[in-house]
Amino acid sequence: MRRLVLPLLTLAILALAAASLLAGPVWLSPATVAAALADPQPSLARLLIVEVRLPRLVLSLMVGAILGLAGAVLQGLLRNPLAEPGLLGASSGASLGAVIAIYYGFAASAGLATPIFALVGALVAVGIAFALSRTGGTLSLILAGVAVSTLASAGVSLALNLAPNPFAAYEIVTWLMGSLADRSWDHVTLAAPFIALGATLLAFTARGLDALTLGERQAESLGVDVSRLRLLALIGTAAGVGAATAVTGAVGFVGLIAPHLARPLVGHRPGAALAPAALIGAALVLAADVATKIAGPALDLKLGVLIAVVGAPFFLWLVLRVRQVAP
Amino acid sequence: MTRLALGGITHRRGARTVLAGVDAAFESGRLTAVIGPNGAGKSTLLAIAAGLLRPDAGTITLDERAIRAIPPRELAAVRAYLPQSPRAEWPVRVERLVALGLSQHLPVFGPLPGRWRLAVSGALARFDLIALRDRPATRLSGGELARAMLARAVVGEPRVLIVDEPSAGLDPRHAHEAARQLRALADDGCAVVVALHDLDLVSRIADDVVALKDGRLHASGPAEAVLTEPTLGALYDMPVRVDRAGGRASVRFGD
Repeated sequence: MRRLVLPLLTLAILALAAASLLAGPVWLSPATVAAALADPQPSLARLLIVEVRLPRLVLSLMVGAILGLAGAVLQGLLRNPLAEPGLLGASSGASLGAVIAIYYGFAASAGLATPIFALVGALVAVGIAFALSRTGGTLSLILAGVAVSTLASAGVSLALNLAPNPFAAYEIVTWLMGSLADRSWDHVTLAAPFIALGATLLAFTARGLDALTLGERQAESLGVDVSRLRLLALIGTAAGVGAATAVTGAVGFVGLIAPHLARPLVGHRPGAALAPAALIGAALVLAADVATKIAGPALDLKLGVLIAVVGAPFFLWLVLRVRQVAP
Repeated sequence: MTRLALGGITHRRGARTVLAGVDAAFESGRLTAVIGPNGAGKSTLLAIAAGLLRPDAGTITLDERAIRAIPPRELAAVRAYLPQSPRAEWPVRVERLVALGLSQHLPVFGPLPGRWRLAVSGALARFDLIALRDRPATRLSGGELARAMLARAVVGEPRVLIVDEPSAGLDPRHAHEAARQLRALADDGCAVVVALHDLDLVSRIADDVVALKDGRLHASGPAEAVLTEPTLGALYDMPVRVDRAGGRASVRFGD
């Protein structure tokens, strides 16, 4: 059964990916998609698929996977099922960076200014959190992350408060909702290296996370360098989640929920839960994106909003169920 | 033959001196009990002996080699450490929990080398855990979890085993069972160091006793030499009666 987890999740993602290529303001038939992909001649269908739907599909997979992975790593590292990727300040740092780009008008003059500012914001926020917690342990890392997140959120609120015109405020709010609409290959190219770097660093934490099942002291006695593990998780989250937030805006809940869904599939081993959590994260974001497309352009449902609206009640159910199961 | 030696260990936490110039040595085949009142520095001494805490002054050598110079994974293959009241953070199966004791033998990626796969079953059998092997570790009783954690500690066949208060929270039967297992490990050639409060248990299993008081070495030596009325009375600041019957001391506090 456990051997089937990864293949089954991959199959689910492939099915969702196919749906994602078909769905949109203009619905395409599978035959049209296949023909357009096979035929190198430029056509409207090919343009639509290659330049609009494919980057969006790739982006949702990357973003979902890194959110799920980072969530699983942080929950394992902190041994707390309520940990999520935003905890260390990456998401709110990215939000502040993006807001600065929009607020000062860089976003209007250069297309990729918002994601670049967001990425820098995420790295700076996590860097500060790390500097603040360098001498302390895991708890001081959480506290520093929360402090930096709060500061960054205060900055976002300040920008909204002082926004020169209602349009700037609207643009900021829209960005904060998180969306995959109108993303291009440029966004993929910008985010991919950081997400790949982040995912690689996070993948190396698996063995250490397993040992942390026994607590920090026993893990150290087994030869696990807990401070190195913390650093890997921190840099991996900063690069990966920072880049993900930079290109999509704030997408919550995925990093919180995906590990919860993954753990029972692998006997609750935190290290073994990393790969399924990444796949589940990818599937969740992809499914939500397909749903926003099905809802249609008229409704213009934002990805982050949909995930939050569906995710919050689901998480509530999860918490109630965990309370029953836990001793 | 393995020898873990501590020399002149001094450790401060803030302004408080937790340990002051403590010497001790632990050898293969011998079980050393570390005793003393609460706050005497027993746990700190054990963590330092395990190489997990760097003392402010003093030397720790494992077979004449400074413990700081031994790479963590290599050290983990030689000595096992079990802190006070260990708990499982996730509901992993007992078998998996025990297998975590082999983490130091795992390659970065890929499965466990063949020689160690049988070790898990052996450790489960030794600690009477075969029936519980598929139970989530978070749903074990206190005694069962203590057994599982001991199995976790010894599954890698350590040459030095350091255990902090294995009998805390255990009923008399399970406390004796844990003590019996530790004694058996020492008889198999392991150097066992164990912090204990139960002095009857100490007299039952210990070869040597290290008595700490206020961070200083109060007494140390063979168990029968340390477990005496004057030494224990001064150690705990309390009247004490030691009855020796059948080679085993029975310790009673109070008048």
